Amino acid sequence: MLYREAGDFKTSYQKDSQTFPLKFDRMGYWTVMVVAFLVVPFVINDYWANAVAVPFLIYAIAALGLNILTGYAGQVSLGTGGFMAVGAYACYKLMTMFPEVSMLVHVVLAGGITALVGVLFGLPSLRIKGFYLAVATLAAQFFLVWLFNKVPWFYNYSASGQINAPERTVFGIIVTGPNTEAWAKYLFCLIFVVVLAWIARNLTRGMTGRKWMAIRDMDIAAEIIGVNPLMAKLTAFAVSSFFVGIAGALFFSIYLGAAEVGEAFGIQKSFLILFMIIIGGLGSIFGSFAGAAFMVLMPVFLKNVLVGGLGWPTDLAAHLEFIIVGGLIVVFLILEPHGLAQLWRLTKEKLRLWPFPH
Amino acid sequence: MNDMSADSYVTEDGRTIGGVVMEMKNITLRFGGVVAIKDISFDIREGEIRAIIGPNGAGKSSMLNVISGFYKPQEGEVMYRGEKRPPMKPYQVAQQGIARTFQNIALFDGMSVLDNIMTGRLNSMNASLLSQAVWWGKAQKEEFENREKVEKVIDFLEIQAIRKTPVGRLPYGLKKRVELARALAAEPSLLLLDEPMAGMNVEEKEDMSRFILDVNDEFGTTIALIEHDMGVVMDLSDRVVVMDYGKKIGDGTPDEVRNNQDVIDAYLGVAHD
Repeated sequence: MLYREAGDFKTSYQKDSQTFPLKFDRMGYWTVMVVAFLVVPFVINDYWANAVAVPFLIYAIAALGLNILTGYAGQVSLGTGGFMAVGAYACYKLMTMFPEVSMLVHVVLAGGITALVGVLFGLPSLRIKGFYLAVATLAAQFFLVWLFNKVPWFYNYSASGQINAPERTVFGIIVTGPNTEAWAKYLFCLIFVVVLAWIARNLTRGMTGRKWMAIRDMDIAAEIIGVNPLMAKLTAFAVSSFFVGIAGALFFSIYLGAAEVGEAFGIQKSFLILFMIIIGGLGSIFGSFAGAAFMVLMPVFLKNVLVGGLGWPTDLAAHLEFIIVGGLIVVFLILEPHGLAQLWRLTKEKLRLWPFPH
Repeated sequence: MNDMSADSYVTEDGRTIGGVVMEMKNITLRFGGVVAIKDISFDIREGEIRAIIGPNGAGKSSMLNVISGFYKPQEGEVMYRGEKRPPMKPYQVAQQGIARTFQNIALFDGMSVLDNIMTGRLNSMNASLLSQAVWWGKAQKEEFENREKVEKVIDFLEIQAIRKTPVGRLPYGLKKRVELARALAAEPSLLLLDEPMAGMNVEEKEDMSRFILDVNDEFGTTIALIEHDMGVVMDLSDRVVVMDYGKKIGDGTPDEVRNNQDVIDAYLGVAHD
């Protein structure tokens, strides 16, 4: 009975264009924010941070980034892993070159560098569309991984070819390296998630987002009403890569601590994030979070139930986990091809009428 | 009968038709060996409703595509406001104040009606990416100013009720109206309509005709339209160009065109003896 739009009148365009038009939604949003910032940091432990919260937050950023490119601007990309690697290696180089500088700056700069690389690989998108563009971005994926393997400068000539995150701080608080506390990792990622999600929302509700969606829905018509296709596509590549680069930088420095490019940022990563946005919902901010949550939490949940709850051997559970997650993906896509975001939207519409469906 | 050679004149219903806005000079358009448009010249005057008619395959849509910059003619010149127009990309033509609708509706299906119409305003919005990213300052101000203009168009075309509906869910007639709204939102000086009434029933055609006349009357928008319904064309337009097999076979007021022997032959066929 709470979920009503009746009586919730908008008297200005400002109010009409807000992110959560319903009061109930706004209250929900602020509740989540308060819990995420003021409650979780005090109760989080290493297990929850490393297995659940931090990967979820980082994948949510990557999914937001890919969703901007694929879901909003309609440019299919299989290069997400490669762009995450750019973010990670850019962050690593910055961390080792300028040890005194705050981690915040490093991560944002890493995003900026990835944006430039993204624009470079986005240039062919003016000529190549659909599956063919996907193949072109696949080339970016393989090229970037190869580059970071072959050129020792990127991993500071270390013998193992790995990159290791040294200890760095933000306002005196350690956020990277083995001595980092769980709450610091979590909070550092959370700040990026909240700010980036807000930026993604702002861009997609304004004219930039409309240009992207116009290109996605019908590029010829978009051009005839005045969208410069090259600019629209390149801004999509730039913004998307900025997000993905930040995700890569966080993934390496906060989550992994040490990374080897082929393993951490291989083609599997590109597919994983693509699955996230397809399952979550293309062209939806909420969908990016839902997809990331699904792909991160489902394996953890299954492992806990199968190994912890039923006492199965770990290897059997690990294999079964693949089967179940794969099966669930198929089931979800059959039930709702537009993803979890659409499912949520339909639930809300039903809720609006409940308990009087007619 | 009005004097066509004068710079401006007043129509029977009291509208002022100004000088030439757009002039097509000896346009020839070829696709490989196929000649779609053969040496056609005509002009469009300020404030008039100019129709382009002709049987299927006559080259009408190609002509419109030349005007909107989508096709580049091999020969001939497009003069816009007295100046020769250099070869342009379609989005540059749009920035010059030329808007259009399509024969097969070209709306953005994944977006709401409001967002679709808002895209029509994109040429007058130029807040930086940064301003848009933080939704502050110019971006927000611009958004609401343009929203107000879009709301006027929505009122004008009587589509308030479907404002937030995704376009993909709308019936055909309404989609056509939304497409007109998107073109109007750009406040064009020249509006190109490619078969605005194709596939509509009588009632929808009447609505659409009324909107076209109102647009022309209230905003003084110059309109060039392609239409197959002869009754509509003859009623709406000030002057008509008739095309057949890529050639111009008639040009003048509806009455002149109606009595032109070549036009009658093209539409009714010629007895071969």
